[in-house]
Amino acid sequence: MATIILFAPIIGALICGFGWRLIGEKPAQIIATSLVFLAAFLSWIIFFTHDGVTQQVTLLRWIESGSLAVEWAIRLDRLTAIMLVVVNSVSALVHLYSFGYMAHDDNWKQHEHYKARFFAYLSFFTFTMLMLVTANDLVQMFFGWEGVGVASYLLIGFYYRKPSANAAAMKAFLINRVGDFGFLLGMFAIYYTIDSLRFDDIFAQAPALAEMSIRFLWADWNAAELISVLLFIGAMGKSAQLILHTWLPDAMEGPTPVSALIHAATMVTAGVFLVCRMSPLMEYAPNALMFITVLGATTAFFAATVGLVQNDIKRVIAYSTCSQLGYMFVAAGVGAYPVAMFHLFTHAFFKAMLFLGAGSVIHAMHHEQDMRNYGGLRKKIPMTFWAMMIGTLAITGVGIPLTGWIGFAGFASKDAVIESAYVGSSYAFWLLVAAAAMTSFYSWRLMFMTFYGKARGDHHTHDHAHESPKIMLAPLAVLGFGAIFAGMLGYSVFFGKEDTVRSWFGMEVAQHHGEDHAEDLAAQSATDTETATTDTAEAAPAEGGTDAATGEAVIAAEAAPAVAPQGALLMRPFSPERQEFVDSRIKADPDHPPETIINAAHSVPTWVKLSPFTAMLFGLGLAWLFYIRSPDLPGRLAAQQRPLYLFLLNKWYFDEIYDWIIVKPTMWLAGFFWKKGDGSVIDGFINALAMGFIPQLTRLAGRAQSGYLFHYAFAMVLGIAALVTWMTLSGGAH
Amino acid sequence: MTSTDFNTILPEFILAVFAMAALLGAVYTGKDRTGPLLMWLTAGLFLLLAAWIGLGGGVEHVAFGGMFNDDGFARFAKVAILLSAAAVLIISKDYMVRRDMLRFEFPILIALSVLGMMIMVSSGDLMALYMGLELQSLALYVVASMRRDSARSSEAGLKYFVLGSLSSGLLLYGASLIYGFAGTTNFAGILSTVEDGLPLGVLFGMVFMIAGLAFKISAVPFHMWTPDVYEGSPTPVTAFFATAPKIAAMALLARLMHDAFGNVTGDWGQVIALLAVLSMFLGGIAAIGQRDIKRLMAYSSIAHMGFALIGLASGTAFGVQAMLVYMAIYVAMNIGTFAFILSMERGGQPVTSIDSLHMLSKTAPLQAMALLVLLFSLAGVPPMVGFFGKLYVLQAAVNADMTWLAVAGVVASVIGAFYYLRIVFYMYFGSEGEGVDGRIGSVQGAALLISALVMVAGIVNLFGVEALAQAAAETLVR
Repeated sequence: MATIILFAPIIGALICGFGWRLIGEKPAQIIATSLVFLAAFLSWIIFFTHDGVTQQVTLLRWIESGSLAVEWAIRLDRLTAIMLVVVNSVSALVHLYSFGYMAHDDNWKQHEHYKARFFAYLSFFTFTMLMLVTANDLVQMFFGWEGVGVASYLLIGFYYRKPSANAAAMKAFLINRVGDFGFLLGMFAIYYTIDSLRFDDIFAQAPALAEMSIRFLWADWNAAELISVLLFIGAMGKSAQLILHTWLPDAMEGPTPVSALIHAATMVTAGVFLVCRMSPLMEYAPNALMFITVLGATTAFFAATVGLVQNDIKRVIAYSTCSQLGYMFVAAGVGAYPVAMFHLFTHAFFKAMLFLGAGSVIHAMHHEQDMRNYGGLRKKIPMTFWAMMIGTLAITGVGIPLTGWIGFAGFASKDAVIESAYVGSSYAFWLLVAAAAMTSFYSWRLMFMTFYGKARGDHHTHDHAHESPKIMLAPLAVLGFGAIFAGMLGYSVFFGKEDTVRSWFGMEVAQHHGEDHAEDLAAQSATDTETATTDTAEAAPAEGGTDAATGEAVIAAEAAPAVAPQGALLMRPFSPERQEFVDSRIKADPDHPPETIINAAHSVPTWVKLSPFTAMLFGLGLAWLFYIRSPDLPGRLAAQQRPLYLFLLNKWYFDEIYDWIIVKPTMWLAGFFWKKGDGSVIDGFINALAMGFIPQLTRLAGRAQSGYLFHYAFAMVLGIAALVTWMTLSGGAH
Repeated sequence: MTSTDFNTILPEFILAVFAMAALLGAVYTGKDRTGPLLMWLTAGLFLLLAAWIGLGGGVEHVAFGGMFNDDGFARFAKVAILLSAAAVLIISKDYMVRRDMLRFEFPILIALSVLGMMIMVSSGDLMALYMGLELQSLALYVVASMRRDSARSSEAGLKYFVLGSLSSGLLLYGASLIYGFAGTTNFAGILSTVEDGLPLGVLFGMVFMIAGLAFKISAVPFHMWTPDVYEGSPTPVTAFFATAPKIAAMALLARLMHDAFGNVTGDWGQVIALLAVLSMFLGGIAAIGQRDIKRLMAYSSIAHMGFALIGLASGTAFGVQAMLVYMAIYVAMNIGTFAFILSMERGGQPVTSIDSLHMLSKTAPLQAMALLVLLFSLAGVPPMVGFFGKLYVLQAAVNADMTWLAVAGVVASVIGAFYYLRIVFYMYFGSEGEGVDGRIGSVQGAALLISALVMVAGIVNLFGVEALAQAAAETLVR
């Protein structure tokens, strides 16, 4: 079944991309779409029937070279199942939506065919994304990783007549290369240390990696930490985290369905998926996790601030995506991988929904994207309005406080992220709460500017605003269902009771409270050698001391052959120092303190649980005040706080700084090498040699060939004289 | 003369008898009218002898007390000489008949010259060496000036004769110096006297002998006669000059160096290397200025001799093998190219300017394509066979720790590529103008096509020449 899911999209892409001339454009589109729908349907079957046990399906042996053996295999566990559902569902809906959205496009002339190409790209993207999520080793994952990069490049630059689209496509590709380089280095480091790139081997060796050190950039690093950070750099590129985020807003140059599929729901979450996938390694790299937390929180905050003042409807949502990805990384960074996946899951629905809704608005407004030219569209396009409303309620996190799970999708998952963040780090917590307030503000600002108030901008456009066709509204309805219910349905398995979550993800169910966590380690690492386990189990209570027991466990782990931990994720109990830190932050039963992140997150103080909701209300109120109550307020505030406004409007000047620090010097250097190095030195040298020096010699040789016999004889005599002299002097004779 | 001696020189003997009998026969019968017949007879005899020598047993014979060697190396060179001489006779016949310049002496002189070459490559003694060389040269002086009514042809013959005499003088002087120090003219005897180093006198003698032989293979700076003689001589003679004598002289040089000075390779290696570098560069650079295709081929042969000398300069068996392979390829390319040059005419008159090749691809696409293959091969463009010849000698130089020589060879071949490619450019992208208009003769056309095909098809295994050359080289360098 997994094989069918994997190959259906690529077959669709091939038929649609190469066969549409034979079968016609419309049938090609229908074939591609139905194959993705088939994949989506099968994905849901897998999602509901999967038992959490990791399965591996080997398709073929891919690379055999020395000790490097790479298979092409499908790894099917809970993580993959979740991603399959997200990718295929959103992809199928986007395919369907594109029938309407791409029906008429002013970028193409009447007779030009572009639809089949678009659908082929979409299906190709789906295939590569599936390759990424079903990977069983890092090489295959990297294949998918690069494949989605290519698909993203092709789709951002789909309007290849627009210079801005081409520039954006290149920017996305180039910035991703930076991240990919980190990913590659990470892979190299793994291969260097453990001589394999298979996930099972990596996970099994993770404890050993944590003991190892590796030399890199003139310093010694802990292997696990270094590898985790390098892999995360790859994730930063793909998931548009701070420093490497600048490509995402520009990627909005692509058609809106692309933004919904690639730049909101699926590809950009690949980084989060990577961190979760590598959780058995990340768990042994606390400093790398801390780095991920800080960077994610900063990104969430930064992107939210920029989102406050953007006027392009798609850019607002793009920054919102960037910000939400930050949330996911914070969850992963504090070790709450299920929570990260939860937010990824719900976010896919409501963000795809928002994008497709925005696409519907843009479609209605004849490809006008500036919100300042919208207003009062509620009546004109009611279905779209309701869809966007659901999306907004979901992203801002509307729900019933303190129940934890009764509310729109974003409510359950975002609150889970913020509660987990509180356990892990105050810095992340406060930034996320602030970001939540801003999320609420810019989301409602978008709603108010678009659908409320008076119509602004071109009258003609407004008069002709029309509701989108049913084929575009149907995907919105399906996504709307997800945006409402995904949080409530997923709560118990993603962020419910610890045991439920663990068993759902196929992990070993945690030991009972009060027993030492050495037990856990032993259970994970030495399941196959019973004696080792019993020894440790006996040793732990006997010794009583935590440290001693840990030491025993490590020895046991070393004695037994290393085995990868069970399940899709790994969540280790807190280390002793960590436990102390956590205990100080939460109100917990002093006898049975929660020793893992999920339990701890459930025990945070009430004010923490209320904080995201409060922040949401604050943002909503402010947005109402600014854009409904007194619409002149934003302008005055912007004038009053002009530097701050410009700072935000120009996205913290990241693009400008990069331009100055990297682009300009590179261009200068490239220009220097091109004009001076290549043009003057190399070409100049060759030209001078070929067109000046050699012809000069040719003329000389021609002149020497005078035709006079005595010249020739003289040359021979000179030659023999020179030879004899040379041989005599050079010591030819002994 | 014992019967063993006689058996050993039987091919040479037959050729000599044939030449004298043909001379007598022609004089007393139809004189020039027998020319075409003699051409065929001579070519046929060459082919027969080549087959006989080539397919005959591999036993090594030494005749006349070491003056004459019949070993694998000599046999390889003889087959190459005989085959190329036969090919030149075959492609020249029509041309000479049409121009009414086929004298019956021509094939006889060629036969005598080939006889000289066969003695040269077999020589095991300074005497035999000189005898063969002079027999060869005297015949060539005559054929160079065969068109007595043409001032250019006479000039070419005279220049060749005077300079050739000078070179003979140098060679003889060297030989006498060596004899004076070694007390013997036998190669093996010389070899034993230089076992522990080269006395200064012998060194002088050796350098003089190298210079004398370098004249024959037109290595710089003893090359000056080449362009003038190539241009002035009748084209069939030029074609002959460019092929068989080059193999003979090169083989003789190799034999002298290895048989008489085989234990001081370092000493003569550097002289040869210097000659090689000078020849490659001067050949390449000076050819750029030429508009006459025969002069151009003269410089081309100078450059090619430079490359072949690289193989020799390395002083190893592999080097000799590379040299032999290179020479075989060189000869095959030149026969095809000269077959084309022989067919170049406009309004019934032969032309030799490369400007007449403009847009040849329009008027004669097949010829242009064949010539393109040959020129690419001459320039050393892969995958033509010429490239592998160059590769061989460069590899020999690298293996012998003479990387600088290989690098020089690569640079020179880049320079040399220019003038070959310019002709290709003219043929395919040139301007419309007064081009050649003659039809190529069937024999010449066949030779051109076969030669071009060999350049392409030979990349598979070089027709086994590699292995033969290796066996030949091993009998020389032990």
